[in-house]
Amino acid sequence: MADKIATRQAYGEALAALGEKYTNFVVLDADLAEATKTILFKKKFPERHFDCGIAEGNMMSVAAGIASTGVIPFASTFAIFASGRAYDQVRNSIAYPHLNVKIGATHASISVGEDGATHQSNEDFALMRAIPGMTVICPADGTETYACVEAALKIDGPVYMRFGRYAVPYIYDPATYKFEVGKGIVLSEGKDVSIFANGLMVHMAIQAKEVLKNEGIDAEVINIHTIKPLDEELVVASAKKTGAVVTAEEHSIIGGLGGAVCETLSGKCPVPVLRVGVEDKFGKSGKVPTLLQEYGLTVENIVAKAKAAVAMKK
Amino acid sequence: MDKKQIELIKKEANLIRKDIIEEVFSASSGHPGGALSIADILAYLYFHEMRVDPKNPQCEDRDRFVLSKGHTCPALYATLAERGFFDKALLKTFRQADSILQGHPDMKHIPGVDMSAGSLGLGISTACGMALSAKIQNKDYRVYSIIGDGESEEGQVWEAAMFAAHYKLDNLTVFLDYNGLQIDGPIEEIVDPAPFDKKFEAFKWNVIVIDGHDIEQIDKAVQQAKSCKGKPTVIIAKTIKGKGVSFMENKVGWHGKAPNEDEYKQAIADLSALDN
Repeated sequence: MADKIATRQAYGEALAALGEKYTNFVVLDADLAEATKTILFKKKFPERHFDCGIAEGNMMSVAAGIASTGVIPFASTFAIFASGRAYDQVRNSIAYPHLNVKIGATHASISVGEDGATHQSNEDFALMRAIPGMTVICPADGTETYACVEAALKIDGPVYMRFGRYAVPYIYDPATYKFEVGKGIVLSEGKDVSIFANGLMVHMAIQAKEVLKNEGIDAEVINIHTIKPLDEELVVASAKKTGAVVTAEEHSIIGGLGGAVCETLSGKCPVPVLRVGVEDKFGKSGKVPTLLQEYGLTVENIVAKAKAAVAMKK
Repeated sequence: MDKKQIELIKKEANLIRKDIIEEVFSASSGHPGGALSIADILAYLYFHEMRVDPKNPQCEDRDRFVLSKGHTCPALYATLAERGFFDKALLKTFRQADSILQGHPDMKHIPGVDMSAGSLGLGISTACGMALSAKIQNKDYRVYSIIGDGESEEGQVWEAAMFAAHYKLDNLTVFLDYNGLQIDGPIEEIVDPAPFDKKFEAFKWNVIVIDGHDIEQIDKAVQQAKSCKGKPTVIIAKTIKGKGVSFMENKVGWHGKAPNEDEYKQAIADLSALDN
């Protein structure tokens, strides 16, 4: 197994692998099969893969129609189009009737890199999370991606899965990993500050813990792969224990994981919460490491925010 | 189709029209004009053509119907009630807070509604999905949809048109309710989507143009669509918005307005006169 894999690659591989075990799903794409990696499924199951052309809105409504007949469609395109361009179709055709459509949204946010702002969805969690009944998942690595695709197949209702273009390290061993929709995973316990992360920020949160340890701060690191439904029980319990929270996500600090955590804690356990994410800005072109640095999606920023959150404790 | 059958469908269509008026009057809101224009098509589909079972509305092999111009749901609800999918008494609860009969079709709660719709342009795509799924599953059900002429200003209608032709969805028949009016005025004065026939031909559809109030023409078109292989069919149905109600016919103002008590009585009287 390689050390790293882009979760979009893991998505395509998962579809291709699961296609044998589950014969009740088809895959739709919008002229991006090579990029979303649904091409891997298409090569194996050409009769179950339907290219909808560059018409994402139509694709989402077609998916709704397919789902209404009992067949499960995975509708795949870039996150910016899945959540943005096709918002009306996702909301009204898919989510309002709570149809069994799985949205595979790849190339999310800043780590798209060179394509720049028009292709960097920093708002998709916020958009999808606001839709009633929508499950929103952002896996942290290849193992979790495979597991979440399979879990999505077993849920009745719409699921928005968000994958990245950029290769990220494996965190989990597929032999032992267990995924449960809506249940966060405590990666390491701590008592001074809780770090809730998802997607490519999870491995950075793990590194941040080590840095903080050297500075005498004991951080609890939790992977919140499911932004909705949020594991409120775990979030509140951890916040109660540590009294300070940092959220870390490759998304706007508005409306995503940070927003969800704040909404929960403000009512159930008000503690300082500092958010690592894209600070209400559009993205831009550049190499991914450069952009992650520039937008503060870094280990250093998690560490700095963790220290600041600890300092805010009463 | 014989004369007796035609008369029966006409009778049902008139019942549907009266129900539409009852619904919109009871609700003091709703969209009568474009509902009245599609009553004949719906009566034909549900009382003659479509394979449906009111006792088993979720039957997997049923024919499907999507009202893409969802705001005209008073016509669909009336049809479903007359066909026995739910109690006719419910029609008077249309648009009320405790009613299943939502202002736009809601498949989760209304027996017989195959797809939720309302945001224009989306329904025809969902109908494409249903038709594609029949091909995927080797099922022989057919899919019907009604789109509006004004609705066809939505780009998604043409995305769906491309898609349906590309995937050779010959099990899909779309009616285009060409009543010529939209909320802001005659469609040719707003943003004219005509010519529909040439457009759909260019999109590689089987195109049939009919009088959408003539049951025989509707029947002929639907049967022709069923025998057309390899292409989806659009039946461009020339209709009269507000059809059957004297003061509503061809009047822009009756797109989305409920009649007052006097108008209600007049409308029912107009429609009752058509019973004979």
